Amino acid sequence: MNREATLTATQTTQAPGASLAWLRSRSRWSVFEIAFWLATLLTFYFFPSYLMLASQIAITALFAISVDLVLGYAGIITLGHAMFFGLGAYAAGLLSAKAGWGEPLTGLLFASALAGLVGFVASFLIVRVQHLALIMVTLGLGLLTYELANALSWLTGGTDGLRGIDTWPILGLFDFDLWGYTAYSYTLATLFLGFLISRRIVNSSFGLALRGVRENVRRMPAIGSAYRGHLRKIYTISAAIAGLSGALLAQTTNTVALEVLSFQRSADVVVMLILGGTGRLYGAILGAIIFLLVRDQLSGINPQYWYFGIGLLLMVVVLFMPRGILGGLARLAGRDQ
Amino acid sequence: MIGNIVIVLFDGFAFGMLLFVLSVGLSVTLGLMNFINLAHGAFGMLGGYVAVTAMRQLGLPFLLSLPLAFIAAALVSVLIERTLFRRLYRAGELNQVLFTIGLVFVSAAIATYLFGTGQQPIVLPGWLRGSVEIAGLRFGVYRIFLIVVSLAITALLVFGLERTRLGAQIRAAVDNQRVAAGLGLNVERVFAITFALGSGLAGLGGALAIEIVGLDPSFGFHFLVYVLIVVAVGGLGSITGSFAGAALLGIGDVAGKYFVPEIGSFLIYLLLVAILLARPLGLFGKR
Amino acid sequence: MTKNADIVLRTEGLKKSFGSLQVTRDLDLALPAGARYALIGPNGAGKTTLINLITGEMRPDSGRILLEGQDVTRTGTAARVRRGLTRTFQINALFPDLTPLEAVTLAICEREGIAGQFWRSLTAHEQAISEGFEILRQLGLADVATKRTRHLAYGQQRLLEIALALATRPKVLLLDEPAAGVPKDESAMLFRVIEALPEHIAVLFIEHDMDIVFSFASRIIVLVAGAVLMEAEPAEVRDDPRVREVYLGSAHHG
Ligand SMILES: Nc1ncnc2c1ncn2[C@@H]1O[C@H](COP(=O)(O)OP(=O)(O)O)[C@@H](O)[C@H]1O
Ligand SMILES: [Mg+2]
Repeated sequence: MNREATLTATQTTQAPGASLAWLRSRSRWSVFEIAFWLATLLTFYFFPSYLMLASQIAITALFAISVDLVLGYAGIITLGHAMFFGLGAYAAGLLSAKAGWGEPLTGLLFASALAGLVGFVASFLIVRVQHLALIMVTLGLGLLTYELANALSWLTGGTDGLRGIDTWPILGLFDFDLWGYTAYSYTLATLFLGFLISRRIVNSSFGLALRGVRENVRRMPAIGSAYRGHLRKIYTISAAIAGLSGALLAQTTNTVALEVLSFQRSADVVVMLILGGTGRLYGAILGAIIFLLVRDQLSGINPQYWYFGIGLLLMVVVLFMPRGILGGLARLAGRDQ
Repeated sequence: MIGNIVIVLFDGFAFGMLLFVLSVGLSVTLGLMNFINLAHGAFGMLGGYVAVTAMRQLGLPFLLSLPLAFIAAALVSVLIERTLFRRLYRAGELNQVLFTIGLVFVSAAIATYLFGTGQQPIVLPGWLRGSVEIAGLRFGVYRIFLIVVSLAITALLVFGLERTRLGAQIRAAVDNQRVAAGLGLNVERVFAITFALGSGLAGLGGALAIEIVGLDPSFGFHFLVYVLIVVAVGGLGSITGSFAGAALLGIGDVAGKYFVPEIGSFLIYLLLVAILLARPLGLFGKR
Repeated sequence: MTKNADIVLRTEGLKKSFGSLQVTRDLDLALPAGARYALIGPNGAGKTTLINLITGEMRPDSGRILLEGQDVTRTGTAARVRRGLTRTFQINALFPDLTPLEAVTLAICEREGIAGQFWRSLTAHEQAISEGFEILRQLGLADVATKRTRHLAYGQQRLLEIALALATRPKVLLLDEPAAGVPKDESAMLFRVIEALPEHIAVLFIEHDMDIVFSFASRIIVLVAGAVLMEAEPAEVRDDPRVREVYLGSAHHG
């Protein structure tokens, strides 16, 4: 907090109109944002051989955004969000492999709705518990779903994975190609859509209420907030978005492995989010980009060493950079008054 | 059929006792400092590798390797507690979870670097091998040994907590830290000692576990789930709760895998979630 | 004394124990509209617990709580707040990372039932925002409206406690040591703010400084060991030997 920032704050809020303007300025599109989204398009021209990786990143970023909504904004710790990612993946995959319906957009909707529905049911359990019990319930639900999918191997293909998915061309026009032009366009468009929805949510009065829950859940009832309703709502929305990203993975790779439900995936996404910075949406995206790029570069080495790096990184981030990369940058730029 | 059930109960109870030794320390430290230490299982793994090394490189007998496992885990843990964990007591659950998960990852990588990813079998002394036959049923000698050791530890813990000065201090601090500190109790010191003892027990558990479940770098994470279930179900800071929780989980796990192998794990997790929802503080939790 | 119809808040036979410790003993209380009552009593008398019981943060072992004649004993805290029963906290319970403007606006949105609207931008609720700013301005917090709460001075945070409560449009306002930890000169200022609150709000405040209590309270309730020792006009309380003994004379203010 420097003196200059105090002065600006003072000047901007002498009139009620100014305070409204100040709130508006916080939700306005910045140059950085527009530049960032334009830059995502550059991949087509500069890194055409990385389009499949880029679409993996887009999928994971969307997943990380869904986790940011509950963890970063509402402050609910989740170690089992792969549950919804995997549900979405299996829903979209099974729709094609077992029901023979490979139309991608309806597949997305179906998967997202299903994950959202399960999220809605699960949310009633989630809001009942806190602290260690909450961590354990999210972990338990995730492990449970994994074991369930494993046990239902006649349906899911078990450890062999689900095969026989055939995704039809998007809108009947754009067939999925080997290089990933369609896949990246498709995942990027869905990511952008999911981002827009999330952005609207976090900039709404509801988003403010979520931050209130995160900042001081015990105070919420005292300002008249039936906050559990808020939590159920965001948990449902988040599950639907996670399901969306899982469905994208199934449709762009035409396979679903049991791994989509694994604890590893739940943990990885939290790591990315923490790395990028929670509660700012772009932290989720940045974290996903860095995580997957580095993992891709290091794919030759023993995965155990990869986890050495991740583990060390986590410890360093927690001790020295509690707000993640974006949080640290924002502080440096003095935008964190 | 009855015989099967008896054997499953026996094996399950023995497994539960192993889980008890592995997890009771976490239950007490969690109750004491509210510090969510997901790296507790990693101390178990450390004990396991210390025991393996002691037996292989130093040629020590199994029984001597056990106290070594305890001491090594206790020392390393208190070192980490004093230097790192203590910074996180007020840092919030998420940071504690992340930091200690990071530690699990790092420790698994170090174990891989030193020992490879393979299983580390040990050779038990002859008198611990084989089984004894009672009423036509065969009971594994090592499992009997496990049960005896764990019951002895339980008795020691209960006695220590009820009858010793340190025990009284721990109980006071678990009950109400502020009051305890107000009465002039050095809570930090109590916690460091408790932490060392609890992690030491985990180390001992890790060494004892090798014969039952094996030892590889994924031990820390794999057992974390079991340990957390014991703690969450048993309630924080409660030795009897952990004991009951561990026995239940051990029997449930073995029975599930024996009678319904396809959905055994599924049922365990289902039970976990159901118990936590019905009683968020655990079956035996008071706070 | 006061007509029944004027009573906005009433407790009947309220009891609460923690283990063997009886903290609230058979408490009957009546707060008329427009009240400026002080609740005093030594530390540990059970004042905060009484507020916790009235607002629903704790459940009484027995007894009833009536808000405008309606039984709210089983009603949740948030619902009581929406019906006009609000409190502040002895120890700041704010939203450290929100700005005062955001926090107050949030309380208003909750009151108006629009906090769940995730499809509209916050800035679309112009009325709520300008009302929030107006509350902050009245409490002298306009200058720091867009500063994060955790950067506010302590006295400003105490004011924000009250601002948050006001944003719920209370009919009954329970202030738990609003000036706790505030230097004496500042606390007089704080109580002038409280005095200037809209006439119709029934206020019950806990305060240890007797000068302040005697100058701002129209009536005083003395709580000792969970029971009402006496309830009377300030002058009467001042002269009561029992009060002198258990409270005014004792050194345990805090
Ligand atoms: N949650 C609780 N559990 C146990 N005892 C409590 C609790 N809350 C308050 N107490 C006890 O009740 C008594 C009254 O406390 P409190 O209402 O905070 O007093 P006051 O606000 O008048 O100072 C004190 O002895 C306190 O220790
Ligand atoms: Mg008090």
